[in-house]
Amino acid sequence: MSVLVVADHDNESLKPVTLVSLAAAAEIGGDVDVLVAGHACEVVANEAAQIGGVNKVLLADSEAYAHALPENVAPLVIRLSVNYSHLLTAHTTTGKNFMPRVAAALDVQMISDIMGVDSEDTFKRLIYAGNAIATVKTSDEKKVLTVRGTGFDGVASGGGSATVEAIEGAAADGSSEFVADELAKSERPELTAAGVVISGGRGMQNGENFSLLEGIADKLGAAIGASRAAVDAGFVPNDMQVGQTGKIVAPELYIAVGISGAIQHLAGMKDSKVIVAINKDPDAPIFQVADYGLVADLFDAIPEFESALG
Amino acid sequence: MKVLVAIKRVVDPNVNVVVKPDGTGIDLTNTKMAVNPFCGIGIEEAVRLREAGTAEEVIAVTVGGAKCPETLRVCLAQGADRAVHIEAEDDVEPLAIAKLIKAVYEREEPKIVMFGKQSIDGDNGQTGQMFAQLTGLPQATFASELTVDGDTATVTREVDGGLQTIKTSIPMVLTTDLRLNEPRYASLPNIMQARKKPIETISPAELGVDIQRHTEILDVSPPPGRAAGIKVESVDELVDKLKNEAKVIT
Repeated sequence: MSVLVVADHDNESLKPVTLVSLAAAAEIGGDVDVLVAGHACEVVANEAAQIGGVNKVLLADSEAYAHALPENVAPLVIRLSVNYSHLLTAHTTTGKNFMPRVAAALDVQMISDIMGVDSEDTFKRLIYAGNAIATVKTSDEKKVLTVRGTGFDGVASGGGSATVEAIEGAAADGSSEFVADELAKSERPELTAAGVVISGGRGMQNGENFSLLEGIADKLGAAIGASRAAVDAGFVPNDMQVGQTGKIVAPELYIAVGISGAIQHLAGMKDSKVIVAINKDPDAPIFQVADYGLVADLFDAIPEFESALG
Repeated sequence: MKVLVAIKRVVDPNVNVVVKPDGTGIDLTNTKMAVNPFCGIGIEEAVRLREAGTAEEVIAVTVGGAKCPETLRVCLAQGADRAVHIEAEDDVEPLAIAKLIKAVYEREEPKIVMFGKQSIDGDNGQTGQMFAQLTGLPQATFASELTVDGDTATVTREVDGGLQTIKTSIPMVLTTDLRLNEPRYASLPNIMQARKKPIETISPAELGVDIQRHTEILDVSPPPGRAAGIKVESVDELVDKLKNEAKVIT
């Protein structure tokens, strides 16, 4: 077996989810190569080469890959696929964008968002918004997979010394072009990488009230998230959404404020180590997964919580 | 121009699904079904393009079992002009669905093909991108804004770090995200009118597409439960527990 992991990165550093994809690759077994496709991203390839267990890093440096446009990245992965039995990448908006194209070109039924490896052809994944775990066996010779960010414990980022091999890039396909990024600017950690996450739900009542969570987030070094109900209601942008259709998080501490606990939200956070729920409805389903539940009006509890943190 | 919108009949998002005790799947007996929410957003966006004069015709297409026409009627009531039902089993894989929609695409020659970003049953999130590869079209996934100007589509996409704007040539493939629009409710007159709109039924064989499965579901089980913890009486007790029992804050 031979596995190719396509790195998720921003041309400056590897995203931690790449370490999770590598953990899934290690469970599959065989030689593991990493592809870094980007622009002016040699530093990322060097970072990948330091990871223990990596056999070889392939560096495809081209302007065409700068923004990971799928029309450009997919052909590269398709070209490299002849050498590998398994192709993996993280189940991020980047991975989800190009990997199905790769699978379709290879006539392979991709398996998305895997959270377990049973064998080289059998994988576990969540279906129905996290209501069930399916064990899926594929008869495709080549396996094309995306890996759930909380599905595996990421491998260590050091301990290796793989070679970096520059490979030929390709020109842009031209049917699609990048215009602009409007990335959320925040001093806070990224949701999927934060050690503490505090999220608000419909109980926050409006977008302005999310500022109540900021004081606690500042004190705990937390990222701020939201339930889909809060996004649907227009309180906050979708990039804050935690849940099966948003981001999947598994921090040390997750604080759910005014969130009832719909199953699709629980699917996005129930792997958190410690869960706190603050809700005025004692029957809210969120209390069924919370380690510590506080039945209280959030507008009283949140300021009190903030000052109790000193 | 025509807009083709692929939709999926799925379990209603407000229904609590139950795993069958024998581990073969989800028990859908007598369960309320609905248009996959992301697909409903696709229909709405296409109808708005027609109302704005950008599109002339909105065609809904689906792949699935004998009850799919019920779901297509919902899309027709929402404003689609006609529908195509590719009659097959209810669990056709995304790759095969992409091939089937490609066959309809080649027949209809729409300029924009819309898909939901994922279905809330399989949660695969593959079909739109696979279709784009098979047809060689550019794609704009997870769209939160679409502007069509001549032969160019400008799309704002919901990406993990925020928003990204791209431009693609047309014809193109779009997959919808939550904030693209808020689908309308069908009015009673529109529901009545929808009964008269045509739904064509066609088989995978007629479209020349092999839909044999590549994967097999060996088991479906409920996720491991997470034991409920304790209720604390006050914020002070909560902070004390987090500091001294869970040791997650200092």
